[in-house]
Amino acid sequence: MLHLAEAPIRAGKASDFPETYRRAFRWMLLARVAEEKIASLFRGGRITGGVFLGKGQEAISVATGIALKEGDIFAPLIRDQAGRLAFGESLLDFTLTYLGARSGPMRGRDGNVHRGRPREGLLPMISHLGAMVSVVNGMLLAHRFQGKKGTVGAASLGDGATSTGAFHESINQAAVEKLPLILVVTNNQYAYSTPNERQFACSDLVDKALGYGVNGHTVDGTDLESCLQIIGGAVQLAREGNGPQLIVASNLRLAGHGEHDDSHYISSHFKELPLGRDCIEVAQNHLLGKGWADASALEVWTRECAVQVDEAVAHALREPAPDPAQEEWCALSHRHLAEGNSAKF
Amino acid sequence: MITYLEAIREAQKKALEIDPRVYLYGQDIGAFGGAFKATKGLAQTFPGRVIDSPISEDAMMGSAIGAALQGMRPVIEMQFADFSTVGFNQIVNQAATMFWRTGESCPITVRLPSGGTPGSGPFHSQNLEALYAHYPGLIILTPATVEDAYSLLLEAIALDDPVIFCEHKYLYYHLKAESLPETALPVGKARIARTGRDATVVTYSAMLHEALAAAEELAENGWEIEVIDLRSIKPLDTDTVLASVARTGRILAVGEAWPWGGVTAEVLARIATDGFNLLDAPPMRLNSKDTPVPFHPNLWGTHRPTARTIANALRDLLRL
Repeated sequence: MLHLAEAPIRAGKASDFPETYRRAFRWMLLARVAEEKIASLFRGGRITGGVFLGKGQEAISVATGIALKEGDIFAPLIRDQAGRLAFGESLLDFTLTYLGARSGPMRGRDGNVHRGRPREGLLPMISHLGAMVSVVNGMLLAHRFQGKKGTVGAASLGDGATSTGAFHESINQAAVEKLPLILVVTNNQYAYSTPNERQFACSDLVDKALGYGVNGHTVDGTDLESCLQIIGGAVQLAREGNGPQLIVASNLRLAGHGEHDDSHYISSHFKELPLGRDCIEVAQNHLLGKGWADASALEVWTRECAVQVDEAVAHALREPAPDPAQEEWCALSHRHLAEGNSAKF
Repeated sequence: MITYLEAIREAQKKALEIDPRVYLYGQDIGAFGGAFKATKGLAQTFPGRVIDSPISEDAMMGSAIGAALQGMRPVIEMQFADFSTVGFNQIVNQAATMFWRTGESCPITVRLPSGGTPGSGPFHSQNLEALYAHYPGLIILTPATVEDAYSLLLEAIALDDPVIFCEHKYLYYHLKAESLPETALPVGKARIARTGRDATVVTYSAMLHEALAAAEELAENGWEIEVIDLRSIKPLDTDTVLASVARTGRILAVGEAWPWGGVTAEVLARIATDGFNLLDAPPMRLNSKDTPVPFHPNLWGTHRPTARTIANALRDLLRL
């Protein structure tokens, strides 16, 4: 079977485009299958806390993850399962965290989409998502101090995060410092239940790029080919020293904000528009139409994803939960400076 | 002679000299040398390591977190402590939770020019130590002396955890010492600034000097007041405070910050829970009034505790 998660696939040469496309598609498929599994566990009452799906957002997400290399930085948002896998996060980190295992990267201290491994360039988001962008800036500044050349950092945001003060401060900061930041804004039409017209008043979010003095790009977020080309190109521009790149992708969220949300507020007219397409169906048809894969290959890939996901879930279910008696209740790395040792609480 | 402000500058200079991971980031701190000149000359001496930031406290802090995760040691100058609330989210939700969530330490020093001076008004006078101390994952330092301004800042930069360094603007130019210290008490240890047997005043930062003046005033009538300088708000050296109260039986906690849920409340809560049987009189505290900090010196001088009001409180405590 495939071991996609252990062997991250990076973007190849232009002549390898069909191969890159196939690899990207398989990460999308794995993300979709994995998330559907977690959603079903959630419905069965096996998941504590929220479940947030990237359904409909896999193309833009995988295109971001696949354009990044070892040494780069990635600050994903809650719908970036495909991008995380492509960036190199293991599927086990996903299942161990959702199932709250002590052996997962967050050890039961944080859950679901709030996982990461900063040392490997993968940032664990705080819920105030706009705040992640300046953290990426800081990591890139550190690379500059340390003489590391050619690295980039990508941060994923939604349409809602563009309204935060942190977005403004961080994109401006990146522009002032000319950092190799790739800001991928996926406008999926709703921030939780709030539609675009209650979120911003500019005609297109990419217009903000001009105001900050950074390059702006738009892309159809339902079309994997465009996503790979536009994001790949933007990452290349950043890598070559052309400063921050703002990418605005359009799509429709094909799920609730989280699995607790029936998303009844999503207007049906979006579902009939091109932006309401399911990027996985679009990519599948593209693969078949171009002759880059046949129906039996698609079937094999889907089956392999299911096996991989089942294994990762089974593994996580066997792992012990955190034990409050074993927990180190200390928020400082300098234990001797922690409160609670001398006083009674 | 060296001032409190010069000690802060010297500590940053030394940190830049001894540790290539250290850099300074803040508004107007580069060629201009900072609003208070706490970084005067440093940009010239350390090119590329003393960096002007946009007016973006959130992004200043966020970038410090990212740089710290990548092995740097950022020192962030908030132009005024009051402005740090714009970066509050990054400090309390991102920096303070990082080690707990990920096991990765987040060594950042955030300098907060704190406290009132005549004419500074509601937005250039605040004392926010209690606000930050409320959150797990931060160390809060409040130097009251030139020596501590130097040694605690150097120690803050060397620590692996995020440190909120509350330096008091009233002491910047007023307070002078003969020289910089060679050795110092570590973070987390309070200092007995004046020994006494009749009552204990627990205080920190600029209020130390008001408390010492009050103790001097009462000494004229033969009262011996012990004055404790906490130095560090979090961790709070409860042991030193308890030991003092065991000797004196009376405690007055004094802070320039607002009263509600603050450092003085915390000190008295600990004495009440851990040292109730040591007390010969109800514990007392003295803080600023529960209003924004006023602009006019007449109002400001009444808003905050002073040597006179501390001496009066001590007379009450001693049942004089």
